Amino acid sequence: MAEVKKTFPIKGMHCASCVRVIEKALSRVEGVSAATVNLAMEKASVEYDSDKVADQDLASAVANVGYKAELEEVVKDEDQQKAEKQKELNKLRNKVIFSLLLGTTVIAGAFLGLPAWMQMVLAMPVQFWVGLEFYRATIPALRHRTANMDTLVAIGTSVAFAYSVFVTLFPGVVQSVGIEPMPYFDVSTVIIGLILLGRYFEARAKAGTSEAIKRLIGLQAKTARVVRNGKEVDIPILEVVVGDVIRVRPGEKIPVDGKILEGESSIDESMVTGESIPVDKVKGDMVVGATINKTGTFTFKATKVGRDTLLSQIIKLVEEAQSSKAPIQRLADLISSYFVPVVIMLAILTFVIWYVFGPSPTFLFAMLNMVAVLIIACPCAMGLATPTAVIVGTGLGAERGILIKDAESLETAHKVNAIIFDKTGTLTYGKPEVTDVTGNILQMAASLEKGSEHSLAEAIVKKGEEEKIKFLEVTKFKAIPGHGVEGVVGGKRVVLGNRRSMAKEKIKINEKEIESLENEGKTVMMLGVEGKFKGLIAVADTLKDSAKEGVKSLQEMGIEVVLITGDNQRTANAIAKQVGIKRVLAEVLPDQKEAEVRKIQAEGKVVAMVGDGINDAPALAAANIGIAMGTGTDVAIEAAGITLINKDLRSVASAINLSKKTMRTIRLNLFWAFGYNIILIPVAMGVLYPFFHLLLSPIFASAAMAMSSISVVSNSLLLKRAKI
Amino acid sequence: MGTDKIIVIITGFLGIIFTYWFFLRKNEKEVAVKNEVDITVSGGYSPEVILVPRGKTTKINFIRTDPTDCLSEVVLPDFKIKKQLPLNKKVSVEITPEKAGEYGYACGMNMYHGKIVVK
Repeated sequence: MAEVKKTFPIKGMHCASCVRVIEKALSRVEGVSAATVNLAMEKASVEYDSDKVADQDLASAVANVGYKAELEEVVKDEDQQKAEKQKELNKLRNKVIFSLLLGTTVIAGAFLGLPAWMQMVLAMPVQFWVGLEFYRATIPALRHRTANMDTLVAIGTSVAFAYSVFVTLFPGVVQSVGIEPMPYFDVSTVIIGLILLGRYFEARAKAGTSEAIKRLIGLQAKTARVVRNGKEVDIPILEVVVGDVIRVRPGEKIPVDGKILEGESSIDESMVTGESIPVDKVKGDMVVGATINKTGTFTFKATKVGRDTLLSQIIKLVEEAQSSKAPIQRLADLISSYFVPVVIMLAILTFVIWYVFGPSPTFLFAMLNMVAVLIIACPCAMGLATPTAVIVGTGLGAERGILIKDAESLETAHKVNAIIFDKTGTLTYGKPEVTDVTGNILQMAASLEKGSEHSLAEAIVKKGEEEKIKFLEVTKFKAIPGHGVEGVVGGKRVVLGNRRSMAKEKIKINEKEIESLENEGKTVMMLGVEGKFKGLIAVADTLKDSAKEGVKSLQEMGIEVVLITGDNQRTANAIAKQVGIKRVLAEVLPDQKEAEVRKIQAEGKVVAMVGDGINDAPALAAANIGIAMGTGTDVAIEAAGITLINKDLRSVASAINLSKKTMRTIRLNLFWAFGYNIILIPVAMGVLYPFFHLLLSPIFASAAMAMSSISVVSNSLLLKRAKI
Repeated sequence: MGTDKIIVIITGFLGIIFTYWFFLRKNEKEVAVKNEVDITVSGGYSPEVILVPRGKTTKINFIRTDPTDCLSEVVLPDFKIKKQLPLNKKVSVEITPEKAGEYGYACGMNMYHGKIVVK
């Protein structure tokens, strides 16, 4: 519960009675604890639970009574942000062009003998106008006693610039200590130009990393055609409320989530769920907002609007995942927190060593090498290595219907070497059907099961309804998990369940008949009346089309696949054989699944558990990573690290592949970012000089530094093309 | 060894000590927060370390006054929050920490750091 208070302007109020109307409307919103409206200020103050209430709920409550609440509109805000970003980017581009133009002029000028003072005039705007942003970032940072990339650039270029100015103004002084009075304005200007060029490309590439989430946000419909008072009106999406009847025509986007009232159609849901084949929907079926209606016209009732829609939930989940931190990043974090101060210390050390032990002119060598050290150090690449890859990876997953809860789950998935599949609802559709009935027991069985919520019960009741049986009254009904159900029907005690339940009741059963049904992969339920066996019902569930292929691709990756089920051994074996699973854990009661997961973990395996997320939540949570098959309406399954909303079992392998590829990208990025600094900082310090007389020019250092962060971001972008 | 070299060695040595002391030995002041806190984002975060109560919702308002691009995003990874901070605009986030401990937050590139201490 997160109680918050929000005050926002209300438009359209003119009298005191409006106050009451709006207050009432706001108080009626579920989750609002207090609402007061001030007529004079034309403002409403609302206290509410932010977990339950969204801005849109408040806005629509106010709109419903004929006023307008001016809450910040998310969409507008994002457009504005985008425009601002673009403006900044253009400004940066102009600065890059300006400084590189002046920089090359200075270089050419130095060669052609342009007087030093003219070089100084050309370098000044670059140092103090273009380079202002480095100073602007450095000064407040120093006040906080922190340092960053900008600090290094500011110090480095200032040293080169200040020395050059001194040489220009007092050439005699420099000459008197035996140094040729040559300015280094080219160094200071070109460094600034190249570093900003790097920043420009980096910013553009970075924007590319979050394309997936932007695309998801862009999917949102802008308006909805709502039927109100018998008329169809187009209204903004924000004003759609639960219960609205909405009409959708062929080719149109379905605005919000809902249930079809009339009509039928084929709907392309690929953009939201990643399910590639259009789904046929009829009256009573759920439709998902932002999906495309292909053929028919239909009306539907809005059941979820605003931030409750499937799309909004997906966006929220992906955004959260992209904001989380992968464990692999911890080391990079630790290092980057010491990095800049250490580089400054190394730069000072470089100066001292070159000044004391270096060849003459010692001061020049000392200064240029110190500047090179300051400029070449690149903490940005370390900071970007992990997050950019995580953003691209989670975005790629979302586009394929694989929702990853956080960076940690994304990291763990690649280590998985054992996967446990739950049977019902995961490998199978979870919609069992009655295949065989022996003995005249359907009426009793169906009557008894009417009170149960088990999926097998549903099948038996459905069969009863199909056969048009008359349901009998049941008293003392009791469901015993892992066994079956019992109750009193027509004064007789009736038990319907599996072997375990029969054994408990000491009822003799026909083992042979049961076994042959079980060998076909059917689940057999036995019925006993007053301690006597009366007959049996066999129920079978259909395997998902993607099951066999999904299991096979995991096995090809060298992952052990395990089937877990409450079914008896024989049924389980038969199902396992059909999909190619070798290890079977049968007759596992729901509350034992978690223990079985732990047992496999104890074998030293990194375990993923794949389940429907409802019945097997503890097992999902106990596994190293829980993978839930989405139910189509709820994506944020708490216990699961990964949710497959496309319901495709092949996506389990895809998710693991995605994790592997993302981790490979992260490792390469980190290797590059660390390796770059570890190798090039000593080179800039001059370690190669005693052996090869090789030194790094500060200009080359700035080019390398600019390339370094671009290459990290580009490498993350390559992940977009990965086949998963 | 000439006097200039000795001066450079001593100054350099003092410079290194100063750099170490200045950047890595600073005392972070903790600011206790009741319900809401404004954090100014300029060359870092002030206050940098905030003390918030456990199990309660605390509203943190970030106001960025520094145009440095790096600071334009704030990330609170433990709370899965990442926000764009437009210049001179208040951006609020809410956190309800359930466990005591120290939670770091940083700019998008992990250059500037702040800390939330939950007690």
